[in-house]
Amino acid sequence: MISSLTQAERGAAMLITLAGMVAGLAMAAAGQGDPMGAHGWIVLLFFALFFGLLARAAYGSDELEDRSLAYYDDPTKVGILLSLAWAVIAMGMGVWVAAQLAWPDLRFDAAWSGFGRLRPVHTSGVIFGFGGNALIATSFHIMQRTSRARMPGQVAPWFVLFGFNLFCLIAASGYLMGVTQSKEYAEPEWYADIWLVVVWVVYFTLYIRTLARRREPHIYVANWYYLAFILVVAVLHIVNNLAVPASWTGAKSYSAFSGVQDAMTQWWYGHNAVAFFLTSGFLGMLYYFLPKRAERPIYSYRLSILSFWGITFFYIWAGSHHLHYTALPHWVQTLGMTFSVMLLVPSWASAGNALMTLNGAWHKVRDDATLRFMMVAAVFYGLSTFEGSFMAIRPVNGLSHYTEWTIGHVHAGAMGWVALITFGSIYALVPGLWRRETMYSWKAVEWHFWIALAGTVIYVFAMWNSGIIQGLMWRTYGESGTLRYSFTDSLVAMHPYYVARAFGGLLFVTGAIIGAWNVVMTIRHVPRQVPERDHPTTSETMEPALPAAE
Amino acid sequence: MEISHELFVGFSKSFGLFYLIALSVGITLYAFWPSLGGRFDKAAKSILDDEDGPCR
Repeated sequence: MISSLTQAERGAAMLITLAGMVAGLAMAAAGQGDPMGAHGWIVLLFFALFFGLLARAAYGSDELEDRSLAYYDDPTKVGILLSLAWAVIAMGMGVWVAAQLAWPDLRFDAAWSGFGRLRPVHTSGVIFGFGGNALIATSFHIMQRTSRARMPGQVAPWFVLFGFNLFCLIAASGYLMGVTQSKEYAEPEWYADIWLVVVWVVYFTLYIRTLARRREPHIYVANWYYLAFILVVAVLHIVNNLAVPASWTGAKSYSAFSGVQDAMTQWWYGHNAVAFFLTSGFLGMLYYFLPKRAERPIYSYRLSILSFWGITFFYIWAGSHHLHYTALPHWVQTLGMTFSVMLLVPSWASAGNALMTLNGAWHKVRDDATLRFMMVAAVFYGLSTFEGSFMAIRPVNGLSHYTEWTIGHVHAGAMGWVALITFGSIYALVPGLWRRETMYSWKAVEWHFWIALAGTVIYVFAMWNSGIIQGLMWRTYGESGTLRYSFTDSLVAMHPYYVARAFGGLLFVTGAIIGAWNVVMTIRHVPRQVPERDHPTTSETMEPALPAAE
Repeated sequence: MEISHELFVGFSKSFGLFYLIALSVGITLYAFWPSLGGRFDKAAKSILDDEDGPCR
C-alpha cells in the first residue's frame, strides 16, 4: 500500500508521523504519573509503528499506477477490517458487562474491570470503533462512485482512518484507567477531543474535495446524509466538549457548562449523536447499498430529499426529551417531546421508502441474505423510531426512563438497525472491493443473519419485559402511601431478564465473529475476478453506461 | 440592548418560527418541483451502474 504513494506523499506522511511521535513524547514526559503519560506512550508507539513502515519503504520503488484508472479503495478495505475487529472486541465487551449484571462475580475484583469502566469501552467501541470505521469506509466508497471521481491525494484518507482509530484507542484505554469526563458517549478527555477535531476537519475537507471533482451534475442523496453526519457531529463534538483542563500535564478537565445547562448541552449532543452518527450516516449506507443490491432505483427520490431535511431539522430539537421531569424548564421539555413525535414522519418516510424499493424484488430478499440484512434493518429502523417517538412523550417517559426499557430501545436501534445495515453493506461490498467472485460462504451469511436476528429479538424482548416491570415496581404504592417495593426487590426481579439479555448479546457477537471469519476467508481463498468496469470517468466525453450494441 | 432570556425567547418565537416555516416550504418546493423530476430520476438510476464503469 505504501508503494502506491508518491515520494512527496511518503515525505508528507513521514512528517505527520514524526510530529505525532513528538507530541506523544511530550505527553508522556509532561503527564508522568497521570493517565495522560500512559496515553503519551500509546500515541508515541502508534506513530512510531507507521513511521517505521514508511521508513522501510522510503527508498523503495515508486512505480506508480495510473491513478486516473481506478478508484482509491485501499483505505476502504482497511476500514472494513478495522470495523469488524472493533465489532468483535466491543460486542464481546458488551456480553461481559451484561454477564456482570447477571453474575456480579465476573468482575474478578479488579479496578479496571468494573461495570463503570467496561461499559463505555463497549458503547464507544461499538458506536465509534465498529460504526465509525464502517461509516468512514463506506463513505470513501460511495463518495467516489457516486461522483465518478477518485479521491484527491492518498495521504488524507489514511490520516482520517488511522487518526480516528487512534482516537478510539485513546478513548478505550482511558476508560480502563478511569479517565472520563462523565458525559455519555463523550467520555474521552480534552486532548483526545482536540485530536478528533483535527481528524474530523480533514475528513470533511476530503469529502468536499472529492465532491468538487465529481463528474455528475447532481449529488446523490446518500452523500447528503454522510455530509450531515460529518458536519453535525463536528458541531456537536466541539460544543459539548468545551472544557478547561485542570492542568496541561493531566487528563482531568472541567466542562464549560454547569448544572442544567450542562445537562441540556450533553443531551443535545447525546441525542444528536444518535441522530447524526447512528442514523444519518447509516441512512446514507441504506440509500446506496439497498437500491444497488435490489437492482432497483430508490422508490421515491423526492421523498428521500424531503425526509433528509425533515430528519436534519427535527432531530436537532429533540434532545431535551432525555431530561423530562428535571430542572430543565417545562417548555424546553415540551419542545423536545413535540419534535420527537414529529420525527416519526421523516423516519417512517425513509423506512417506507426503503421497503417500497423492495416491492417487486421480494424474491431477492428471500434468496439473498445480504439484501435481507438490509430489509430487516429498515424494519428495525421503522420500529425503533416509532418506539423512540413514543418514549419521548412525557408520561410514557415517566414509566420508561431510568429503566431497562431505554436499553432495549437503544439496542433495537443499534443491533437491529445500525449493525444489520452495516453487515449487509459489508457483505455487499467485500467481494467487489477485493475483486473476488463471491463471498467465501453464503451459508455463513445465512447463519450470521439468523443468529443476529435471534440475538436481537431475545435481547429486545428481555429488556422490554424487565424495563416495564422495573418501571411499574418503582411506582407501586402500598395502602399507607409508601413504595411497595424496594430497589433491591426490583433488582432481584430483573435477574432472569439479565441472563436472557447476556444470551441474546452472546448470539449477536457470535454472528459478528462468523461474519469477520467469512470476510477474511473471502479475501484469502476466493479466486480473483476482475470486473469489466469499475473506474472513474476519465474524459469529459459522454460515455454511455453500456456500449450501444448491448 | 440587554442580552436576556426574554430577548432570546422573543427572537425564537418571531424570527425562529418564520425561518423554519420558510425552510420547510422551500425544501418541499425543491423536492416536488416538476421540472427537476428528470434530474432526480437520473440520479436515482445512476448508482445502479456506477460500479460497472463510467456512465454519463
